[in-house]
Amino acid sequence: MSTLTDPPTGSFRLSMLLNDTRYRSMTLQVIAAIVLATLLFYLYSNLAANLRAAGLNISFDFLGSSAGYDINQTLIEYDSQSSNLRAAVVGILNTLLVAVLACVTATVFGVIAGVLRLSNNWLVRKLMAAYVEIFRNIPVLIWIIIIFTIMTAVLPGARAYLGDDPERDMLGGVIALTNRGIYVPSPFFTSGFGGGEGSGLNWLIVLAVLAGSFFATRFITHSADAKQEATGVRPKTGLLNLAVWFVPLVVLALVLGLSWDLPDPLANRFNLRGGLQIGAPLIALWFALSIYTGAFIAENVRAGIQAVSKGQTEAASALGIRPRRVMSLVVLPQALRVIIPPLISQYLNITKNSSLAIAVGYADITATLGGITLNQTGRAIECVLLLMLFYLVISLVISAVMNVYNSSMKLKER
Amino acid sequence: MSDTHAQSVAYVRETAIPPAPAPVNAAGPVKWMRDNLFATWANALLTVAALYVLYLILASTLPWIFGGLWTTSSLAECREILQGKSAACFSVLSERWNQLLFGFKYPSELYWRPGIAFVLLFIAFAPVLFFDLPRKLLILTALYPFVAYWLIWGGSILIPIMALAGFVGGYVVYSKLVTRNFAAGFFGGIAAAAVIWIIGDYIVGALASDTPWLTPVPSRDLGGFMLNLMLGVTCVSLSIPLGIALALGRQSSMPLIKWICVVFIEFIRGVPLITLLFVASVMLAYFFPPEATVDLFLRVVIMITMFSSAYIAEVIRGGLAALPKGQYEAGDSLGLDYAQSMRLIILPQALKISIPGIVNIAVGLFKDTTLVSVISMFDLVGMIRGPILASTDWNGVYWELLGFAALLFFVVCYGISQYSQWLERRLATDHR
Repeated sequence: MSTLTDPPTGSFRLSMLLNDTRYRSMTLQVIAAIVLATLLFYLYSNLAANLRAAGLNISFDFLGSSAGYDINQTLIEYDSQSSNLRAAVVGILNTLLVAVLACVTATVFGVIAGVLRLSNNWLVRKLMAAYVEIFRNIPVLIWIIIIFTIMTAVLPGARAYLGDDPERDMLGGVIALTNRGIYVPSPFFTSGFGGGEGSGLNWLIVLAVLAGSFFATRFITHSADAKQEATGVRPKTGLLNLAVWFVPLVVLALVLGLSWDLPDPLANRFNLRGGLQIGAPLIALWFALSIYTGAFIAENVRAGIQAVSKGQTEAASALGIRPRRVMSLVVLPQALRVIIPPLISQYLNITKNSSLAIAVGYADITATLGGITLNQTGRAIECVLLLMLFYLVISLVISAVMNVYNSSMKLKER
Repeated sequence: MSDTHAQSVAYVRETAIPPAPAPVNAAGPVKWMRDNLFATWANALLTVAALYVLYLILASTLPWIFGGLWTTSSLAECREILQGKSAACFSVLSERWNQLLFGFKYPSELYWRPGIAFVLLFIAFAPVLFFDLPRKLLILTALYPFVAYWLIWGGSILIPIMALAGFVGGYVVYSKLVTRNFAAGFFGGIAAAAVIWIIGDYIVGALASDTPWLTPVPSRDLGGFMLNLMLGVTCVSLSIPLGIALALGRQSSMPLIKWICVVFIEFIRGVPLITLLFVASVMLAYFFPPEATVDLFLRVVIMITMFSSAYIAEVIRGGLAALPKGQYEAGDSLGLDYAQSMRLIILPQALKISIPGIVNIAVGLFKDTTLVSVISMFDLVGMIRGPILASTDWNGVYWELLGFAALLFFVVCYGISQYSQWLERRLATDHR
């Protein structure tokens, strides 16, 4: 009996391209490539024809020319004479600023609400469920506008705080809530390097000291772990850690001459002077993104905690571990594995949703490069392409960093 | 029996003691409150704090809502009547009701048309959402897009009829040819539809009268909540088939197809919707032929559909990946080809798993339709921030308007998510 698996030996026929599984995928891919190339060529030729008709060309020269508009909240030096490129960089930094701030606060809100949704207390549970449902089901744009309106329509003007006998007192005498934004004291150094306020070197030193404290506490924890492994007794590290964090900071503050620049109600008759002004758009965007995304994170946290099987809690209790330690030593580390992947995508969402800044006039990258620069120069294609490129890079970087973290947290199976 | 021990004990109980009610603090509402509200000291404190927060919220909003005025004609008049009392001025809603729903340019004598389209929407969606209804009703769903188009945009009735004829012709050819070969049916169907549309284009050009039954309304006159609903419904319906195709493409063993899908999905998911709307408003026109004028509504629909199809593709890919490999192998071993095994075995199961995810995307997309206000389309948010708050009568009525918008979106989105939970329970065929 001859085998049936011998390939047919006849000559090649054209119909085999579609009917023979050996060639079919090749044929389909060639067709797909041709269709794709035709489509791209069609779009490109349309683009070229349209640009010719409008007398335009693709060029990124406009980035070097003067922007000609002011930005009220900047992290780096900027004025209306600066280039469009610098305006875009200001926008990028503002986007990153609000994204980082919102990620931190959204996580805090989300974890609190998610844990409270599992509380034994019926009322608290229901309140948190209401919070989650209300904030998840209403568009974030509406939340941003509502909070911006609260800032601008309900809070008083800066004038209310001015003069010897102001209408309203500042919170604690140092924080002024106005419809333009919030004025808080800003720290500066009187006797550090450079002497003046603008010296960034002092802040670098502060950062370096903080990083040093961080590594020192890690070292203390590790040596405590080692000692516990060896002797079974864990040395007390709480006070030492506290000291490592605070003593260097206090010493540094004394050495550098830390001082606070307070909002001054008497310096000017029309506006508050001094202090750090956090603009209303930034606060509206920050707060709205935090509570909106916090509701989503709360659901992720709840699902993560519920995903840890009850047997784990019971096993820990059977070993005689106290309930609070069960949560921190057994449940949370396992829940974290479930929580982190959706958390990453929430952080990505915050970054992308920060582009709604344009609705309240916060100068992020979408508002500077995609808004004013685009309208002033008319370079629509270039601006939108750069904008997309920026968000694409940010998204890829965040997901890459978080994936590394995620894989380090993953269950190590042998 | 009763006197068994009569000699040895003085008294023997002959009947059971009637069950006593539980002590007051071990049953009923008191026990419930002790367990759920005041279990520990910390818990009691939390309860009191929560009650206080609830009181603060209700005490400030309830009088404001119930003291609201509904019949004045401007904010100034409201303030005059209220005399400094804090209460809502809902008159803006009653006076601008039509603008909030239909936008400020849609002809007021034609409001009945989108109204009917909205009512028909429920009839069209009912057989899709509830499986118990007779399957024949799906014909209404298939007819709905054409009816709704004709009602909302008006114009010659020949246009939707010819479009429908194209789909019907394509489907007939497809069902004739598909018994032999899926590819032949698929491409034959597309070719037949295209032929009918080209012929139909000439027929419409030749026969359409200058005075159609329904006055045509241009797309730029659409607005209000109607615009949000239209964008949401259109884009979700269009993006589900596209999402399925992308998800299958991403799973494909053909590298070129796979990479096209991966690049498309990852690119779209990496950029915010706003940038895609910028593309629609300022950039997309460059990619159409110079003589074509594609209106903004269509451009926005294209971009939002691309956006949501990438997300839906990822959800469906999750569903495909969750299926056990045995299902794929079972399809192969039955001798089904790729199209058949996908249609009959894989997709029904994968889509069932993906339903909650797809509904989440749909809710998110519906909320995101408010972003079109940024590119100066007058949807609900655009109407509120633009024409209504800018008018001299209503400048400063923030909370009533924003609260109304929030309420509308909440009702729709919460309703959809409740439906999805119901559906999940209905479809749960695994045994627990």
